[in-house]
Amino acid sequence: MWKLIKPSAKNLRVWQVGVLVAVFAVWHALTKPGLLPNFVFENDRQAAFFFGEPLVIFSRIWAWFVTNADIYQHLWVTLIETVLAFGIGTLLGLGCGLWLALSPLAAAIADPYIKALNSMPRVILAPIFAVWFGLGIASKVALGVTLVFFIVFFNVYQGVKEVSPVVLANARMLGASHKQLLRHVYLPSATSWVFSSLHTSVGLAFVGAVVGEYLGSSRGVGYLILQAEGAFDINTVMAGILVLTAFALVLDAAVGRIEKRLMKWQPRSGETERL
Amino acid sequence: MTASALALEGVSCTFVDKNDPAQRYTAVQGVTLTVGAGEFVSVVGPTGCGKSTLLNVGAGLLAPSSGSVSVFGLPLEGINRRAGYMFQTESLMPWRTALQNVMAGLEFRGAPDARAVAEDWLKRVGLGGFGDRYPHQLSGGMRKRTSLAQTLALDPDIILMDEPFSALDVQTRQLMENEVLALWAAKKKAVLFITHDLDEAIAMSDRVVVLSAGPASHPIGEFVIDLERPRDVAEVRTTPRFLELHNAIWNVLREEVLKGYRQQLAA
Repeated sequence: MWKLIKPSAKNLRVWQVGVLVAVFAVWHALTKPGLLPNFVFENDRQAAFFFGEPLVIFSRIWAWFVTNADIYQHLWVTLIETVLAFGIGTLLGLGCGLWLALSPLAAAIADPYIKALNSMPRVILAPIFAVWFGLGIASKVALGVTLVFFIVFFNVYQGVKEVSPVVLANARMLGASHKQLLRHVYLPSATSWVFSSLHTSVGLAFVGAVVGEYLGSSRGVGYLILQAEGAFDINTVMAGILVLTAFALVLDAAVGRIEKRLMKWQPRSGETERL
Repeated sequence: MTASALALEGVSCTFVDKNDPAQRYTAVQGVTLTVGAGEFVSVVGPTGCGKSTLLNVGAGLLAPSSGSVSVFGLPLEGINRRAGYMFQTESLMPWRTALQNVMAGLEFRGAPDARAVAEDWLKRVGLGGFGDRYPHQLSGGMRKRTSLAQTLALDPDIILMDEPFSALDVQTRQLMENEVLALWAAKKKAVLFITHDLDEAIAMSDRVVVLSAGPASHPIGEFVIDLERPRDVAEVRTTPRFLELHNAIWNVLREEVLKGYRQQLAA
């Protein structure tokens, strides 16, 4: 019997799902009113009040996605914010990174400011952005951009600095102009560094969007959570968190796909050709 | 008299440590070296004697501290546009396939039929079916061939080679040497070939220049190789004339190699 269920490469997925089910089962057992005798709280409804009940949470998610089908507009807003923040932040980071890496003087002048801006806790900027850009999408995108920008910027900067001098000399000998060097040598080299940071930067774009919504908005998943919190509706809060987590996983998988396609020139260890 | 393809006159290169300007190192000093049009010249010398420095000067990648460089009689400014450079280490762009790498130079120069020319050159170096592979999917020898095709596809008048085959095994190396000789014989370009392998230098060249040990190395001997062409690099090594030349050059080179070795031990 143990041989069959012993963790191995084959039943990895089963075990992963098993862990998830176990967590929810324990959660359910500990919070369901009247199921177990009270050993922490005096009242048997208190555990459910503080921690939520998995079954209620799932029915809430079911209602959001199927019976009421009213979460899609919120998810859509959060997705738009994340994608915009990610796109704008990446482009800005790429541009500034290339520019500063290729002009050492500008980099020397900007250096202390870049460091200062990067070490500033940028979530603090959210209220300011709300004042500047209003409570709509723009203020969330701005917050996400400040988070994504620095990740991409530092990676591009590093990528350009670490271009192989031989590859560079070779391209020059082959007759590449400054523009062509930028387009055919620096940019591809920097992109490989950008992609290595892509998972982090998508995650941060998402954080920027949700935190921005949470601090003040009229739509988005962060807004749903804020609303539920105001009403002490812990089940809805938990449901929102679960939806956000699943959403983040989907985003991450999508990024992994794109990365695989664009970075196929990079060697992977132990790669053999499939016939 | 027609101008030489590449002429270095009284070239010296002194490198200065960026952080400590008092630290200077003179790699080569007072080097005069010419390569005639269609001539195959090899430069041999002990390790670290500034052979690659000379080549970089000839390519225009490095400006000499003093002295002048001229290309077909014209003074060289910036990159040497008439030269192709084959580097010692990996120089292919890893994000381009073999074919795209060979096309690169043609693309940069705006050649209209880049793809066709590149495909032709890949076939010539025996990689016709490997155009869609990325450099990491090719073996070391295949990468070198791609580099060769990349350099030759531009049809340069001067070919600079920096120990291009030093990383290859003996068999592949001899194959590549013969290929280069065949391609050279067909087009008769000026070649400046850097190597630390005396056998290779004699087998391939019209002329062998011996550099002294660094620092401040300079040519200390020049030998005309009067072996018949076409040559097969493996067969030519067994001829009596080859051995004679080898002995003559080695007598000059040995002392320098030992000197260079002692310096490295002392450092």
